[in-house]
Amino acid sequence: MRVRLAPVATLFLAVLLIGAARGAPAPARTVSEAEVHEIAGGLRCVVCQNLSVADSPSEMARQMRAIVRERLEAGESPTEVVQYFVDRYGEWILLSPRRSGFTLLVWLAPLVAVALGLAIVGVLVWKWTRRPASTEAARRVDPAMRERIRRETEAEP
Amino acid sequence: MSRRAWRWLIPLSALPVLALLAYGFRVNPREIPSPLVGRPAPGFALTTFDGAPLTLEAQRGKVVVVNFWASWCYPACYEEAPVLERSWRAYRDRGVVVVGVDIQDKAEAAQKFIRDFALSFPNAPDPTGKVSVDFGTYGVPETFFIDRRGRIRAKHVGALTDEVLRTRVEPLLGEPAG
Amino acid sequence: MIPELGYGAAIVALVLALWGAVTAALGARTGRPALLLSAQHAALAVFVLVTACFALLTYAFLTFDFSVRYVATNTNLGTPFYYRITGVWGALEGSIILWTWMLGLYTLIVILRHREGARELYPWVLTVMLGVLAFFLLVITVAAPPFARQAPVPADGRGLNPLLEDTGMITHPVALYLGFTGLTVPFAFAMAALITGRVGDAWITLTRRWTIIAWYFLSLGLLIGGWWSYHVLGWGGYWAWDPVENAAFMPWLTATAFLHSVMIQERRRMLKLWNISLVILTFSLTLFGTFLTRSGVIASVHAFTQGTIGAFFLSFLALVLLTALGLLAVRWDALHAQGELDSIVSRESAFLLNNVLFVAATFTVFFGTVFPLLSEAARGVKVSVGAPFFNQVNVPLFLALIFLMGVGPLIAWRRASFDNLRRNFLWPVLVGVAAAAFFFSLGVRSAIAVLVLALTVFVASTITVDFARASRARVRLGEPLLPAMGGLLRRHNRRYGGFGVHLGILIIAVGVTGSQAWSVQTETTLRRGEYAELAGYRVRFEDLTASEESNHFKVAGAFTVSNGRGLGVLRPAKKFYPQETSPIAYVDYRLGLREDIYLVLGDFARDGSQATVKFQVNRLVSWIWIGGLVLTAGAVLAILPEKKKAA
Repeated sequence: MRVRLAPVATLFLAVLLIGAARGAPAPARTVSEAEVHEIAGGLRCVVCQNLSVADSPSEMARQMRAIVRERLEAGESPTEVVQYFVDRYGEWILLSPRRSGFTLLVWLAPLVAVALGLAIVGVLVWKWTRRPASTEAARRVDPAMRERIRRETEAEP
Repeated sequence: MSRRAWRWLIPLSALPVLALLAYGFRVNPREIPSPLVGRPAPGFALTTFDGAPLTLEAQRGKVVVVNFWASWCYPACYEEAPVLERSWRAYRDRGVVVVGVDIQDKAEAAQKFIRDFALSFPNAPDPTGKVSVDFGTYGVPETFFIDRRGRIRAKHVGALTDEVLRTRVEPLLGEPAG
Repeated sequence: MIPELGYGAAIVALVLALWGAVTAALGARTGRPALLLSAQHAALAVFVLVTACFALLTYAFLTFDFSVRYVATNTNLGTPFYYRITGVWGALEGSIILWTWMLGLYTLIVILRHREGARELYPWVLTVMLGVLAFFLLVITVAAPPFARQAPVPADGRGLNPLLEDTGMITHPVALYLGFTGLTVPFAFAMAALITGRVGDAWITLTRRWTIIAWYFLSLGLLIGGWWSYHVLGWGGYWAWDPVENAAFMPWLTATAFLHSVMIQERRRMLKLWNISLVILTFSLTLFGTFLTRSGVIASVHAFTQGTIGAFFLSFLALVLLTALGLLAVRWDALHAQGELDSIVSRESAFLLNNVLFVAATFTVFFGTVFPLLSEAARGVKVSVGAPFFNQVNVPLFLALIFLMGVGPLIAWRRASFDNLRRNFLWPVLVGVAAAAFFFSLGVRSAIAVLVLALTVFVASTITVDFARASRARVRLGEPLLPAMGGLLRRHNRRYGGFGVHLGILIIAVGVTGSQAWSVQTETTLRRGEYAELAGYRVRFEDLTASEESNHFKVAGAFTVSNGRGLGVLRPAKKFYPQETSPIAYVDYRLGLREDIYLVLGDFARDGSQATVKFQVNRLVSWIWIGGLVLTAGAVLAILPEKKKAA
């Protein structure tokens, strides 16, 4: 498979450059579409069910995107903008739960699952590889040698 | 015995999951409590459809009922419009203000709605949606009850009835303004 | 009269399904063939009756029988003919009929294919299949009766959910349900194995192909669902990690794990316990999915109505889980066997790792999906777990799985010698590393994108190396190249079918990565004649037209698209349905191999002087659909009957 990405990548860069060069009327600071999209992508659209504010085609989401932009332009940090929405809608509005307190649990779940799975498989593989290894080692001993050992051990008493 | 007993933990392990799912029947995923209840109401400065300034600040000392609506919100908004108008007339002399905020709407349609229901309380459009987001609304209709000291005391989602309005407003009227 | 006939047919079918389940079980206990024969006849009758139900409901749709509540809520006089037929399974009640009908069909095929072959298992398989059928018939007759009448009879119906008026929505449930119901077959065999105590490898061999078929339909259903989401929902994406999407994805994950782990059991006679557990898990997850979709417990875009039906499904899920896991506990001694491995560096290990990752991904998706419930139960706080979370936690798992996709099929069974590793992996690894450097030098800076692309090249190289080597071997024996390749595919269809599926998944992975990393969008309000520019494209707003369609009112914008030269006109629209409070967006797009131009109409001025448009350039999305076609080719190859090895 040949992945031809050169044109795509150049286009992408070009867009970035154009985006950076084309300055808005500059209030407190310029805010790019990408910045708004980033924050809006983490907020749950309140009139839809599971779309983000960034993705939803609804009017409410459009207004919320405008509010995000405005607050960023007014000089608020992304964290402050997000907090503004959380203060009004509760944690429910965050599509990605916070990595602290109770909601840290949901973030730990995949780690625990993988760790537990690997531990179980690790123990099993360890157990399973040991058994055949010993029998195989026994089998590998030269028959003549085995015969000698037998004779010698039998001769002992 | 104990060597065999533990394996029954396998089917039993499904029980907590099943219990959690059963718990799901008791909750309504669409009902999200507002974190604003008990907190100072966000201030707003709007211009009514009649062109008069409308701020929350100016209502301090009164009990304020802020109602979010839209002309396309059928039937709930159409059901509650007469209720709001009735209550406004009944309570306006006792220190209650009803404020309508029209969201995500077209001006002509909204004005027709106001005319059709002969609404006489102040109604203002919220063209940018800023006020509705400040109040953390999900849709229409939603109604907030603000006490004399400017704090949100209750939120009602869905069409209002005379009963709901009275039980929300009466206790707030009894409270001192200070 | 017609609705009553349908209702009656459902009741008789329910009784017969129960009868068949019991007689099949008795037949298994007593060994009397007459009982088994009776069960088979019952299964046949059930299928005929469910078909009749389906036909009668369709008839009610076609004749606008609004006295039937289900018909009235899902169609109206304006609904086009085509959608009156597909509207039959457009909502809860009808979807269950479709489901039951497919289950009946599968039961018949099981009877035809396995009646002779699997003497001990077969009667119990029949019992389980008919038992599951009986449950769904119970739902049809009690919990969600599609033929329920209403009075007074409305003059017109409410109409189908406009979002479902699309070919994607017709085929998506059909494929998805064929997958879900198909997974009942391996489950029934696993149960039969547990009940009879014949937990050896017979059931695995018998259900192998069944699982692949069900797996394929499930994949197809997921892909069509993505396509529908992309071109109908108008948010520019194809997968939202919505609870219902997750519900369909989880059984896919576990079924995929099963398809791989089964190979270890076939080859090495180990993992009996694990394979049965995976089948039970997979089937339970399909039930969990139906529960989630139809109970309203977790809010979701796709959710059907709420009601008592949730309790039905949860009870059945509980019954299935407790019975199946209980049987597992009973047969523990027979299932629990010491495995044997020669080396950690072996295909067995690669498959075990693959299973760990698939199950971990399943757990992650499951936990994320039910976490809002847990949060509310534990501390009364509503939270959301959405796309950003699922993307973040699953990406590492999927990356590791792609890596294993390259390793697994080529690493030697039992013990991979250094020579085996060098022979199979030296070149692919070098090519993969070179690819990483190449993409980096092109300006790809997203670590994930570079990783996915490099891994893709690595895996594709392993497949190429393997196929080229095998073909060369045949050519050396005197065969011409093309027949040699064809013979290879036919002779080792499972292996190369698997490779085909892997290639499809790789192409999908590239599409997903590309669309995530490089898509751009903007949203602007344009006056007539004004244009917006994005990524080298120019979109000019020409005008706005309104038209009256058979069952809705449509406002469409005309936008000319160009990138130096003209690329035509796109007409995104808003559709106003009388039964919906808000308009439905109608997306227009221009698909391309490299990128799609995707327009969504927003707000507009009544006089047509200006319109807001969401303008997206979505990268590599088409690769997802192309990957789906490649996957299909691979799956079909794998499903073909194994060619008898000529001596």
